Amino acid sequence: MTDHTAPHRVSALDAAAARPRWQVILIRPETMTFVLLVAAVIVSSLLSPYFLDINYILASFTLYAEFSLVALVLTIVIISGEIDLSPASNMALSACLFAWTYRAGLPMPLAILVGIGSGMLMGVINGLLVIGLELPSIIVTIGTLTLYRGLAQIIAGDQSIRLPQYFIGINTYLIAGVPVPVLLFIVVSIVLGFVLGATIWGRQIYQVGTSEIAARHAGIRAKRIKFTLFIVVGFASSIAGLITASRLGSVRYDLGLGGELQMVLMAMLGGTYIFGGRGSILGTFLAAWLLSVISTGMTTANLLPATQLCVLGVLLIVSIVATNLIYSRTQR
Amino acid sequence: MNILRNVFLRREAGIAVMIVLFCLCVGAVKPRFLTLDELRIILLLTPLILIGAMGQMLVIVARNVDLSIGSMQGFAAMVTAMMFKFHPEIPWFLGFIVAIGVGVALGFVNGALITLFRLPAIIVTLGTLNLYRGLTFIISDAKQIDRQYVPSALKSMSNTSPIFDIPWIIFMALGVTLLTYAFANHSRVGRQVFALGSNPTAAPLRGIRVTAVTLMVFMISGALAGLSGIMYASRWGFVNPSNTGFGFEFQVIAAVVIGGVSINGGVGSVLGVFLGVMLLGCVSAALPLLGIAGASQSAIYGAVIVIALLIDRSVRLRGVASLAALRARA
Repeated sequence: MTDHTAPHRVSALDAAAARPRWQVILIRPETMTFVLLVAAVIVSSLLSPYFLDINYILASFTLYAEFSLVALVLTIVIISGEIDLSPASNMALSACLFAWTYRAGLPMPLAILVGIGSGMLMGVINGLLVIGLELPSIIVTIGTLTLYRGLAQIIAGDQSIRLPQYFIGINTYLIAGVPVPVLLFIVVSIVLGFVLGATIWGRQIYQVGTSEIAARHAGIRAKRIKFTLFIVVGFASSIAGLITASRLGSVRYDLGLGGELQMVLMAMLGGTYIFGGRGSILGTFLAAWLLSVISTGMTTANLLPATQLCVLGVLLIVSIVATNLIYSRTQR
Repeated sequence: MNILRNVFLRREAGIAVMIVLFCLCVGAVKPRFLTLDELRIILLLTPLILIGAMGQMLVIVARNVDLSIGSMQGFAAMVTAMMFKFHPEIPWFLGFIVAIGVGVALGFVNGALITLFRLPAIIVTLGTLNLYRGLTFIISDAKQIDRQYVPSALKSMSNTSPIFDIPWIIFMALGVTLLTYAFANHSRVGRQVFALGSNPTAAPLRGIRVTAVTLMVFMISGALAGLSGIMYASRWGFVNPSNTGFGFEFQVIAAVVIGGVSINGGVGSVLGVFLGVMLLGCVSAALPLLGIAGASQSAIYGAVIVIALLIDRSVRLRGVASLAALRARA
C-alpha cells in the first residue's frame, strides 16, 4: 500500500525508471553519425575498392582536414549558444595577409605570425561586436563573412600569390603513415574533447549554452567564455588557412570559399544542437570523416560538383531535423 | 516647427542626409557624379537590390533571415531563360509569371521547413542557398543561356520606356516598393508581420497565426527573388548558373540593415530600406569614378552591414534610455 497521508512527499524512488543503457547509447545523435559513417564506407567501397584502403581514406581526408579543424572549435561555439559563419573568410584573409607580407619581404616565421595574429584579431573583432556590443552573432558574422572575404580580395586582387617550395606540401608529410593535417586534426579532437568533457571550463560552456542567465547567476563568466571561444575560432581559422595555403602552394582570395556550409554541416551532422547546450566533439569528429567519405565517394562516382552541392544542402537540413527530433524525444 | 522636428528625428532622415553628404563629397572631387547621366547609372544599379530588399525587409521584420534569395534569383532566372531558349513560341511576358511562380515555390520550401520543424531560418536557408544553387547547375547542365535566347522585348525593358526614356525595370521596382508600403503599413496581415517580429510570444496570444504569417513572409521573399531573377535576365541579357544572384543576399542584407530595419525584428520602414538601397547604389556608382577597383565591393558591403549594426544598437539604446526617462518622470 502506498502512504496516502503524505501525498506530496516525493522520494527519488518515485522518479521514472532510468532508461536502459543500450537505449541511452542508441538514441544519442553520435550513434546516428556513426551508423551513417559505417553505411557510407560500405556504399563507397562498393563503388570503388579503394575505400577499403586506409591510406586512401587518410589521403582523401587531407582535403577536408582544414575545415574539420575549424568545425571542432565551431562546435564548441554553437554549444555555448552563439554561431560564427566567418571562419572560411577568416581563413582566406589570414592566408592572404600571410602570403602578402611574405612577398613584401618579411621572413617566413614573421609572416606566419602575421597570419595567425590577424586570424586572432578577426576573432577579437567578432567577439567585441557580439559580446561587447551584444549584437546577434548570426548577423554580425554574416557581415564579417562578407567583410573579411572582401578585404582578402582587396589585398590579393585577382592573381594568386605563390609560396616558396619549402612551405608547400604539408599534406604530403607523413608521421607514422598519417598525413600531418590529419594527425593535427586527431590530436586537436582529443584535446578539445578532453577540455569540453572533463574540465570545469568545458562543463561551464554547456551551462552557458543551456541557459546563459542561469549560468551567470551561478557565477560563471559567460561573456569571458564566449569571447575566448571567438578568439579560439579565429586562431583555428588562421591555422587552417595556413595549412590550406601549404596544400595548394599559392594563395588566392577565394581560398575556402563556401567553407561555412561544410563547417556548419559537420557540426550539425555530429549532433550539435543548434540552440546551444548540447553536442560533443566526438560527434563532429565522426561527422568530419563521414563528410569526407561522402564527398570523396561522390567524386569517385563522377557526380557533378553541383550535384554534390545539392547533396550537402539537403544533408544539412536533414541532419538538423534529425538532431532536433532526437533531442526532443530525449528531453521528455 | 513640430512637424519639421519630427521629420529630422526620424531614422530615415539620417540616411537621407548621408546620401546627400556622400553625393556632395564625391561631386566635389568628380563633378561628373552630379549629372543626370550618373543618376541614370545609379538608378539602373538598384532595381534588383530594391526588389530583393523589400522581401528581405519583411523576413527580417518577422525576426527571421533569408540567405537563399541569391540562389532563388539564380534558379528562377535559369528556369525562365531555359523556357525562352527551348520554347520560343511562349509569349515572353509569361516569363514573369513563371519566374515569380518558381520563386514562390522555393520560398514555400524554406518557410515550410522553418515552421514545420521549428528550425532557425539561418541554418535552413544556408542549406537551401547551396541546394538551389546546385539545382541551378543541374537543370542548366552548367551552361550559360546566351544573349540571343533572351527575347529582345524583355531586354529592351532595361533600356527604355515611353516615359522620359526611364527604363521600365525602374518603374517596376518602384511599383513593388509602393505595393510593399501599402502591404506593410495598411493591411492587417502586414501589421501582423510587425507584431510577430516585435514579440513572438505575445503574437499568438493576440490571435496571430504565427505559422501562416512566417510561411507567407518567406513566400513573398521567394516571389520577389523570382521577379528579380527575370529582371536580371532583362538587365544583363544572359543567365549564368554561377554568376546570377551570387552574393545577392549580402547586398540585400546590407541595404536592409542600413535602411534601419532592426535585426531584432519588429522595426523597419519601406522608406528607410528604399533610402538604404539608394545609398548602396550611390556608393557602387561612385567607386569606379573614384578609381577604386571593383574588388572592394564585397568588403564595402560587409563594412556597411557591421556599421549599420552599430548604428542600430545606438538607436536602440537611446530608445531604452528615453523610455527609462519617461518612467522616471511618471
